[in-house]
Amino acid sequence: MATTADTFQAHQEHGRAHHDADHKPGFFARWFMSTNHKDIGTLYLIFAITAGIVGGAISGIMRAELAAPGIQYLGWWVQLMGGEANFDANLHMWNVLITAHGLIMVFFMVMPAMIGGFGNWFVPLMIGAPDMAFPRMNNISFWLTVAGFTSLMLSTFVPGGTGQGAGIGWTAYAPLSTSGSTGPAVDFAIFSLHLAGAGSILGAINFITTIFNMRAPGMTLHKMPLFVWSMLVTAFLLLLALPVLAAAITMLITDRNFGTTFFDAGGGGDPILYQHLFWFFGHPEVYIMILPGFGMVSQIVATFSRKPVFGYLGMAYAMVAIGVVGFVVWAHHMYTVGLDVNTKMYFTAATMVIAVPTGVKIFSWIATMWGGSIEFKSPMVWAIGMIFLFTVGGVTGVYLANGGIDDVVHDTYFVVAHFHYVLSMGAVFSLFAAFYYWFPKMSGRMHSELLSHLHFWVFFVGVNLIFFPMHFLGLQGMPRRYPDYTPAYTEFNHLATVGYMIMAASMAIFFVNVLYALLAGKKAPDNPWGPGATTLEWTLSSPPPYHQFETLPVIEDNKAAHDREHGRPSHA
Amino acid sequence: MSTAIFDFTRTRIGRMLAAVALVLALAIAVGPLAARQVVAPAPVAAQTGPASANEVATAAARTTPGARPAQAELAEGSTGAAAAGSAAYTPMKPTPGIGMPVDGRLDVQQQFSPTGRYAQKFHVALVWVMVVISVVVLALLLFVMIRFRAKANPVPSRTTHNVGLEVAWTIIPALVLAAIAFPSISLLSQQYRSPPKDAVTIKATGYQWYWGYSYPDNGDFEVISNMLPEGEATRRGEPEHLGVDNRMVVPAGVPIRLQATAADVIHAFAVPSLWFKIDAVPGRLNERLLEIERPGVYYGQCSELCGARHGYMPIVVEALPMAQWRAWVRAQGGTFKDEAAPAAAPSVAPTQDPESAVPNAPGAGAPPVAPATPTPAAS
Ligand SMILES: [Cu+2]
Repeated sequence: MATTADTFQAHQEHGRAHHDADHKPGFFARWFMSTNHKDIGTLYLIFAITAGIVGGAISGIMRAELAAPGIQYLGWWVQLMGGEANFDANLHMWNVLITAHGLIMVFFMVMPAMIGGFGNWFVPLMIGAPDMAFPRMNNISFWLTVAGFTSLMLSTFVPGGTGQGAGIGWTAYAPLSTSGSTGPAVDFAIFSLHLAGAGSILGAINFITTIFNMRAPGMTLHKMPLFVWSMLVTAFLLLLALPVLAAAITMLITDRNFGTTFFDAGGGGDPILYQHLFWFFGHPEVYIMILPGFGMVSQIVATFSRKPVFGYLGMAYAMVAIGVVGFVVWAHHMYTVGLDVNTKMYFTAATMVIAVPTGVKIFSWIATMWGGSIEFKSPMVWAIGMIFLFTVGGVTGVYLANGGIDDVVHDTYFVVAHFHYVLSMGAVFSLFAAFYYWFPKMSGRMHSELLSHLHFWVFFVGVNLIFFPMHFLGLQGMPRRYPDYTPAYTEFNHLATVGYMIMAASMAIFFVNVLYALLAGKKAPDNPWGPGATTLEWTLSSPPPYHQFETLPVIEDNKAAHDREHGRPSHA
Repeated sequence: MSTAIFDFTRTRIGRMLAAVALVLALAIAVGPLAARQVVAPAPVAAQTGPASANEVATAAARTTPGARPAQAELAEGSTGAAAAGSAAYTPMKPTPGIGMPVDGRLDVQQQFSPTGRYAQKFHVALVWVMVVISVVVLALLLFVMIRFRAKANPVPSRTTHNVGLEVAWTIIPALVLAAIAFPSISLLSQQYRSPPKDAVTIKATGYQWYWGYSYPDNGDFEVISNMLPEGEATRRGEPEHLGVDNRMVVPAGVPIRLQATAADVIHAFAVPSLWFKIDAVPGRLNERLLEIERPGVYYGQCSELCGARHGYMPIVVEALPMAQWRAWVRAQGGTFKDEAAPAAAPSVAPTQDPESAVPNAPGAGAPPVAPATPTPAAS
C-alpha cells in the first residue's frame, strides 16, 4: 500500500533547540561565499526578481512600440543605448529586445526562481536534509548564472551586425546567428548561455545527488512531496538536455570564429541541424520551466483543500512520463522547415501523447479539491488561476501539435499566445503561488492577504488582456517578431498594450506587498496555513534556523502512525 | 480491494465526475453542430465566402476592363498567340477582406486552396474541442470552489484514490486525441501530395530583405519583389505594409510546384489565406504543392526571423486565369516549352537588381520607409 507524502507523520523538529544552529558568518562571507542552501535560494530569488524586472520592462518597450502601426520608440532606445538611430539600427533594436526578453525570462527569471530559488530553499527542507549535497558547487551554480546574465547585458553594448546587440531571437537560428550577424554581440550572448547552462548542469547534479542520498530516514521515494518529485524530474531533464544546447551553441561559436561550417550548407553543413539540436534541448526546456510549477501547485492545492493529493503515484509518474516523452517531440517546433511527411506525422502523434499525462495532472488537482475544505488564501487563488490558465495554454498546444494545422499559425502570434499561456501564466502563476505560500516561511513575516488577492485579480485581468487577443492576431496571420504591422492588426495589438499596463500596475501592488511584509508584516508562525500543511518545512520555525535537521527527522509510514495513535507498538 | 472498472460509480464523487465526462463527450460530439447554429450569424461574410468571393473575384477580373484590356482580350482570344509587345500588365486590385487580414476578426482568414479549406474545417472542430475542454475544466473548478469551500464543507474527506476514475481520465483524453489524429494525418498527406509532372514550377528565394520569384520552366526569369514604401500601398488601393512593387504572379486553378530557398539566412514563405507556409533555407530547396482555386490577390509575410527588416518583406501572390498568366509570362520575356515564339519586349523589365522599381521601398540597399529626407542607397 503506497502512502503519500502528505500523510506521513514527522517527529517534532529538534532544530530550534540547537545552540549554535543560528551562528551566521559575516556579511561578505554569508552572501558572496555562501554555502547555505537557504541563503543561496534567497540570492537566486533576488536575482530572478531583478532579471524579471529587466525582462518585464523590455516587454513594456515592446508593447509600447506595438500599440500602433509604424515605428514609434525604437530610435529613441537606440540612442539611449549609445547607438546611432537609423532605419536598420532601429529595427535591429527590436530584434535585440525580443532576444533579450526571451533569454532573460527563460534562463534568468523562471529557471533561477523555480529551481535555484524555491528548489534550493525547499528540497532539503522537504526531504529532511540539513543542506544540499554539494554546498560549494551550489555557490558556483549561482555565480555562474550571474556571470551569464552579465555577459548577456554586455552583449547589448557591442556591435551585432545591423546595430548594437544580439538580434537573433532566443532560438539563435543559424545562419542568422553565424554569418548573418557580424560583431561580438552574438558571441557575448552565446557565451551567456554557456555560463548559465553550466550553472544549471551543476545545479541539476546537486539536486539529483541530494534527493537520492540525503532523504531523512523513512522518506522513501514514494513518500517524497510532489514538489521534490518535480525537482527530481526537472534535474534529470536539465542534465540530459543542457549538454546538447552547449554543443549546439559551441558549434555556433566555432562557425562564427574558427571557420567551421557545421551549419553552413556552403561547407557541407546544414542550418536545419542546428534547429534539431536546439529543440532537442528546447522542448525539454519548456518542461523544465513548468514541472516545478506542477510540484508547487500540487503542494498548495493539497494544503488549502486540507486533503492529501489525489492519486499521488499517478501525479509523480505523470511528471516522469512528461519528462520522458518530452525528449521525443522536439521537431514539432520545426514543422515548416521541410520535414519528411512521415517525420511530421510521427511528431504530430507523439506530441499529442503528452496531453494525456498533463490531463491526469489537471484532473487530479481538481479531484484533490473535490471533497476538500477549501480556504482561499493567497497561494490557493494563484494555484487555481494557474490550473485554469495552464489548461487554456495546454489545449492550444494540442491544436498546434497538428503538423498540418501548424502551417497557418507557425511563427505567428498564435504561438506567442500559446507559450505565454503556459509560461507567463502557467509558470508565473505557480511562481507567485509559491512565493505567497513560502514567503512567510522564508522571511518570518506575513504578507498582506488583501494586497495578494488584489495582485492576483489585477494580474489575472492584465495578462489575459495581453495574451488572449494574440490568438486572434495569429489566426489572422500576424507573424511573430515584427515591430511593425499592417493596420488590420491594430485593434488587438492596442488591447494587448492596455493589458500590459494593467499587468504592470499589478506588479506595483506585488512590490508594495513585499515591502509591507518586510517592514511591517506580522510575525509568521511556524505553520501559518493550518492542518493542511503537512510537509516538513512547516515543522520548522519561520524563518528556519540557519542549519536545520542536525538530528534527522524520522518519517513513519501511515500504519506506524496509525498504530501509535491507537496505543499499539510501532514496528517502524 | 476491488478494482472493477465501474467501481467509481459507487462513490458520489465518482458519479459526479463520470457525469461530467459524459457531458464532455456529448459536448464534443454536439459542439460543431451547435457551432453552426449559434455562431453562424456573426461571420456571415466568411461563411458564405466561397460563393460570394468567387463572384467578387471574377467580377473584379471582369469589371476592370479599363485596367486590363489586353488581358481580357487574351482570356477570350487564342491562348497560343504571342502577346503584343505593348500588352500592359496592370496589377489586379485586391478585394477588401479577401486574401488579407481584417481588423477585429477572430478566426483564420478565408481559404482559397483545397487543402486550406479542408484544414479550416478541421480547425473549426479543433477550436470546439479546445473550447469545450477549457469550459469543462473551468466549470469543474468553479463547482469545487463553491461546493467544497471551507464554510460549506468544514470536514474534508480523505479520498485519495479511485482507480476507475483515474483510468477514465487517462482513457477518455486518449480517445479524444486519437479522434483528432485521423483528420490530422489525412491533412498532412494531402499537403504532401507530389505536384504532377506538368505542374507550373515557381521558385521563391528569400533575400535580406526582399523576395525573388523565378520561373525555371519559362526561361528562368526572376521577378524581384520589394515592399512598397509608406503611403504608396494605400495610393494603389492595397493594404499598407503588405503591398509590393512586383508580385508573384501565378496561374489559378492548376497545380503549382512551389519551391523555396534563400540566399543568405532562413526566411519563410507564408500566405495565410492559402494555408501555406514553407521555410526558405539557404542551401536547401523545399518543395510543396500549391493550388489556388480562383483568381485573386493573396497577401503574406516573411515568417522566420531573418534580421533587421524581417517585418518588411511581404509576399503578394496574384493568381490569374491561365491565359492571362501566360500573357504575363511572355510580357516578362518568359517562354513556354510548348510554343516556339519568343516573347516581345517585356512591359516590366525582369531584373536581378535588388533595388526596388519604386523609390524608397524598404528592400535591400534601399533607404528607410518614407524618410523625411531621402538618404542615398547604402549598397
Ligand atoms: Cu525574411
